[in-house]
Amino acid sequence: MNAIRTVFIKEVLENLRDRRVIFSALVFGVLLAPVIFALTTTLASKRMVRDQDMPLELPVVGVMNAPNLIQFLKENGVEVTVVRYTEREAMDAVRSGQRDFVLIIPDTYGKKLEAGGSAPLDFILDTANSRTASSASRAQRLLYAYGQQLATLRLLVRGVSPEVLQPIDVRTQDIATPAGRSLLILGMMTYFCFMSMLMGGFYLAIDTTAGERERGSLEPLLSLPVPRASLILGKILATAAYMSVSLLLTLIAFSVVLLFVPLESLGMSANFGPRIVLSIFAVMVTFVPVGAGLMTVVASFTRSSREAQTWLSFVMMIPMAPILVAVINNTRPNAALMAVPSLSQHLLATSLMRGDPIAPLHVAISFATTLLLGGVLVWVATRLYRRDAILG
Amino acid sequence: MIAVEGLGKKFGTVQALHDVSFTAADGRITGLLGHNGAGKSTTLRILSTVIKTDTGRALVDGKDCSTESLEVRRSLGVLPHASGLYPHFTGRENIEYYARLHGLNGGQVAQATENLVKRLALGDVADRRAKGYSQGERLKVSLARALIHRPRTVILDEPTNGLDVNAVRMLRELIRELRASGCCVLFSSHVMQEVAALCDDIVIIAHGRVVVSGTPDQILAATGTTDLEEAFVRAADGSIA
Repeated sequence: MNAIRTVFIKEVLENLRDRRVIFSALVFGVLLAPVIFALTTTLASKRMVRDQDMPLELPVVGVMNAPNLIQFLKENGVEVTVVRYTEREAMDAVRSGQRDFVLIIPDTYGKKLEAGGSAPLDFILDTANSRTASSASRAQRLLYAYGQQLATLRLLVRGVSPEVLQPIDVRTQDIATPAGRSLLILGMMTYFCFMSMLMGGFYLAIDTTAGERERGSLEPLLSLPVPRASLILGKILATAAYMSVSLLLTLIAFSVVLLFVPLESLGMSANFGPRIVLSIFAVMVTFVPVGAGLMTVVASFTRSSREAQTWLSFVMMIPMAPILVAVINNTRPNAALMAVPSLSQHLLATSLMRGDPIAPLHVAISFATTLLLGGVLVWVATRLYRRDAILG
Repeated sequence: MIAVEGLGKKFGTVQALHDVSFTAADGRITGLLGHNGAGKSTTLRILSTVIKTDTGRALVDGKDCSTESLEVRRSLGVLPHASGLYPHFTGRENIEYYARLHGLNGGQVAQATENLVKRLALGDVADRRAKGYSQGERLKVSLARALIHRPRTVILDEPTNGLDVNAVRMLRELIRELRASGCCVLFSSHVMQEVAALCDDIVIIAHGRVVVSGTPDQILAATGTTDLEEAFVRAADGSIA
């Protein structure tokens, strides 16, 4: 027990003096991740605000062909720009990004309409351009609405109820809570938290195993009257301590950054008060033994620090994969998923941030499976240190 | 007192040790001599319990290195071939870390460390970080670290490699001092003069086998020469035994 404490204190102290360790433990998690997060969300919200508030600018060819339509558009807040393009020129203008989209009113429009037929309108847009997607669909919605209005008038003239054209009436009710809409962004946050947790222990896991062997300090260490299990446990504990501190600081940094990010303008809100931060920490910290054990086991197999770095960079992605899949698929928590370490922490943490109720059973399954896996990995690490080959 | 009986060790397909037997007595300096790859380091690693022997057994003061490794390590001071220090710790902190792992308590740690810092004339080197140490300074700190618990048995694996004359002299003096205090000192080398200058007993090892052992005179007699250098070459080439 004493030996474990001695090794733990030594690894914590010595690595505090290693600039590389401090850099990876603190800079990524505490500074970089929240800054990246703040920048992306701020940009997203700015664009969203801009798209909603800005008047829709619509370049139109052949304005004089449809004065009523132009009147309708203007009444609905569209700024009509008169342009003179052939169809080919209009396409080129959209393709080159000079125009977001172009509406062409052909000369035949008026005649067709008068004859009671279907009047053609050419709307040229680039669906591959996501920047213009929302204003393009706004323009399209207005055009359909105008068409709907004309149809209603035609039916009324013929003495038919316009309801004929509306056999079903879809009434959409959006029940998304503001916090619920921020799922993608909150998913990004747990991803960053996991990354910075793992980064916090990255160099320690390498330095205490492959690094110690490379420096030649492992052999004299192993000839001390201390069980090898105590040595490796002390080292893993030191790695775990760095990971936990890194995680906690990252969560605190996020809670500060969120004060300045205009989440509300994105129609979102996140619960990130001190109580939630601590709850999320309690949930995610159960993953620390898994991460520390995994990184130590992998680093123990490698021949040099450099090789260990290469391997660990890959291994760090393993716990990340389920989170990415869950974020993309908008996965909801269920009992079976709680048996998957890293995924279960992600789901519980996002639920906490969304303010959703949390099933005690889910928490119990998550804690049990994650701590069990952590225990197994730590045990594997102690077994590895019994082999002769650990000296390399 | 070290007693080694019929050690055999295989790494993968390579048989590093075939049959190594010898003894090293208390109050004497025993030199383990052999070419590179002869099995010196493997033998010393088995004695310091960092690897386990496949066959035979190694005893330190009657305790078995495989089954009573913790007890063996308590009485052992080891300076392995690669004896790295922690670069971000000072020399003193490096020594104190080992003192604590040997189970010394607070006051004893500081006292024992200070004694060795004085004995090895480390001076203010002890309070500099190990990162910038010279070869000689590194050796002194490694030695202090290995001797912090006043071991009865001291094992040194090629300690003079890459050292300048002053450091070698300091080391020899220290080894003689250990002998005078009754320690059993076992050290390995591939240089005959090194061993001849220092050792009471010599064990010559070649291709994982002990070819000849005894006092320098006994070795000369066994190899039929008057020159120890020549004796080593003959013994190591397997032209005797």
